[in-house]
Amino acid sequence: MSTFLGMPAGRVPGPAADTAVGQLTGNRSFPAAARDALGDTRLRRNLAHATATIRAKRASVVGEVPDWEALRDAGSAIKADTMARLPELLEELERNVTARGGTVHWARDAAEANGIVLDLVRATGADEVVKVKSMATQEIGLNEALEEAGITAHETDLAELIVQLGHDKPSHILVPAIHRGRAEIREIFAREMPDVDLATLTDEPSVLAAAARTHLRELFLRARVAVSGANFGIAETGTLTVVESEGNGRMCLTLPETLITVMGIEKVVPAWRDLEVFLQLLPRSSTGERMNPYTSMWTGVTPGDGPQDFHLVLLDNGRTRALADDLGRTALHCIRCSACLNVCPVYERTGGHAYGSVYPGPIGAVLTPFLTGVTGGHDPNDSLPYASSLCGACYDVCPVKINIPDLLVQLRAEHTEAHAAAHRLPSAEAAAMAAAAWVMSDPARFARAGRAAGTARHGIRRGRPLLPLPPPLNGWTASRDAPSPPAETFRDWWARTRGGRS
Amino acid sequence: MRIALFVTCLGDVLFPEVGKATVAVLERLGHEVVFPQSQTCCGQMHTNTGYQHDAVGLVRHHVDVFERAIAAGCEAVVAPSGSCVGSVRHQHAALARREGDEALALRADAVAGRTFELSELLVDVLGVTDVGAAYPHRVTYHPTCHSLRLLGVGERPLQLLRAVRGIDLVELPAADTCCGFGGTFSVKNADTSTAMLADKMSSVLATRAEVVTAGDASCLMHIGGGLSRLRTGVRPVHLAEILASTS
Repeated sequence: MSTFLGMPAGRVPGPAADTAVGQLTGNRSFPAAARDALGDTRLRRNLAHATATIRAKRASVVGEVPDWEALRDAGSAIKADTMARLPELLEELERNVTARGGTVHWARDAAEANGIVLDLVRATGADEVVKVKSMATQEIGLNEALEEAGITAHETDLAELIVQLGHDKPSHILVPAIHRGRAEIREIFAREMPDVDLATLTDEPSVLAAAARTHLRELFLRARVAVSGANFGIAETGTLTVVESEGNGRMCLTLPETLITVMGIEKVVPAWRDLEVFLQLLPRSSTGERMNPYTSMWTGVTPGDGPQDFHLVLLDNGRTRALADDLGRTALHCIRCSACLNVCPVYERTGGHAYGSVYPGPIGAVLTPFLTGVTGGHDPNDSLPYASSLCGACYDVCPVKINIPDLLVQLRAEHTEAHAAAHRLPSAEAAAMAAAAWVMSDPARFARAGRAAGTARHGIRRGRPLLPLPPPLNGWTASRDAPSPPAETFRDWWARTRGGRS
Repeated sequence: MRIALFVTCLGDVLFPEVGKATVAVLERLGHEVVFPQSQTCCGQMHTNTGYQHDAVGLVRHHVDVFERAIAAGCEAVVAPSGSCVGSVRHQHAALARREGDEALALRADAVAGRTFELSELLVDVLGVTDVGAAYPHRVTYHPTCHSLRLLGVGERPLQLLRAVRGIDLVELPAADTCCGFGGTFSVKNADTSTAMLADKMSSVLATRAEVVTAGDASCLMHIGGGLSRLRTGVRPVHLAEILASTS
């Protein structure tokens, strides 16, 4: 099967590119959602504690690798090469999976992927599936789609289980229940696990893990169908890979009769030896471990061992749209380690739900708009590229060196330019920016404006303007004193004291 | 050495003492400072808010002005701002290329190659760490994000501060965390920016310093705006002003 994936055509996606759908857009802009999150003291405490712990672990295990920077360069180079020849690599993957007894399906978007999975599950006659933690299936809202069709999806990753039992949404790529403290987790288990012994259930981590183990074991032994994602799909061998910590994924990948894997098309890597690089980069960046406890790999079907029916669903859902953009395609290099979330000062304070998308944090603020597109209007995802102070901490830790700050700046330009293209009149901000540029492009105008600012000091008393400032400038004075402009600008001082010498 | 001062738009209009201090330090070290009076702004606010087309006009103007200064014998351009130097070094050429102006991109790169943040100029180009300053105050240093990560100035500002006579330099906890300014981020996401500022202020107050210093007037405007709103009695002072002080 051949597929058109869109070749780089400048920064404007071509008409062939599809826009992503699924759990990628919230119902509010980032600033509005963040305002509520910032006021949640329990959330703030949970996030501050969890991100600080994982930051320290990562820094420690990354610091002990002497060739870490060379590994990052290698990871970046392999991904750049992969994106440059994605169509041929995917076809190679398909050939090799098929040759080893698997079946490959191509899904244009979330709805198509959900439909494929649903048909496959129905064909088995099962009314429930067990799930390996997977961002791709969160992205397409697979659990909800299965639920609507009367099929129960059981999350088996401990954190995903907490999220699912809590009727909640993931707020972190790696640790989706990062916003929950252990007391809250105990409450959720006590309420939602039918056979749990309330007398002995405490909020001790080992007790909570034991309760989850008892709950899940029954499901592992019973389930006939499993659904997973994939961290890597190796084109040259047709091998799929899942890395995890708990072993619950391994149970799902080996016990059921049918295994359905939903993989974003950007997860393909050319060769087996490329894992040498990524299996060093990923665990150290994500959980702060030297090596993750479980690495499962499978190639098609092995007669008499493991699932005897294997399906691979290759998911586009906006990825060719991002691929067609020469900057956006670098966002597809992401290996979902979530190191950028853990170091982000914005994420640490707002948590993941404020981003609306299943992909939060710095990488979510670029990946989500590249998948769904920016409208130039008030779509919540248009606010995501602005949800960053551009401090650059994300770029420093990214194991595949995605220049997230540059991508954020680029998306901001795409937002304002899309707005300008769609509206006859400029926005107030655009008009102000154009006026500022007009003033600043001419030294005489700029000097006059500087003197005018000096007279504005009479309008400020003890850091507060005498007349209320219009939005968004009043956002500054709500929590910060305004600087008092000096009586004389630097250039006037220079001209006065140095006699205009330049 | 003849050095052209890029005072930055913020330094010119709101914080002229920073520019005066930069001139004082360099002249005390025996260098000639010139101020190209037609300079305006590097365009960073426009670029980072999404107005790249507007920014390119400012880039072109900036390159014209400082190319002339270099042609007139200036061996280096100095700015008392890690952020503005970061914009010159990492954004100008890319902005020109996005507009299809390769000639401007090459000229921008040439100017950027001669442009230094103050601590870079002093330590790397001029080879000094003791600039003859005296500042008998308890001071804590905030390494601003763009100085730290975009330019990689590292220890240079601290090397300069440690050589200041009488200074009581105390380490800032969680120093490398952003203060929450981020240009227009501070108003577009004012609540999140304020939450970040609150933590930065807590760190500053924990040091019991009377002065917080940094290499960027913009971040200091933010941190100082919060410290002053809460009447903490801690004041922001730019690195250049400490280095210029002799009493």
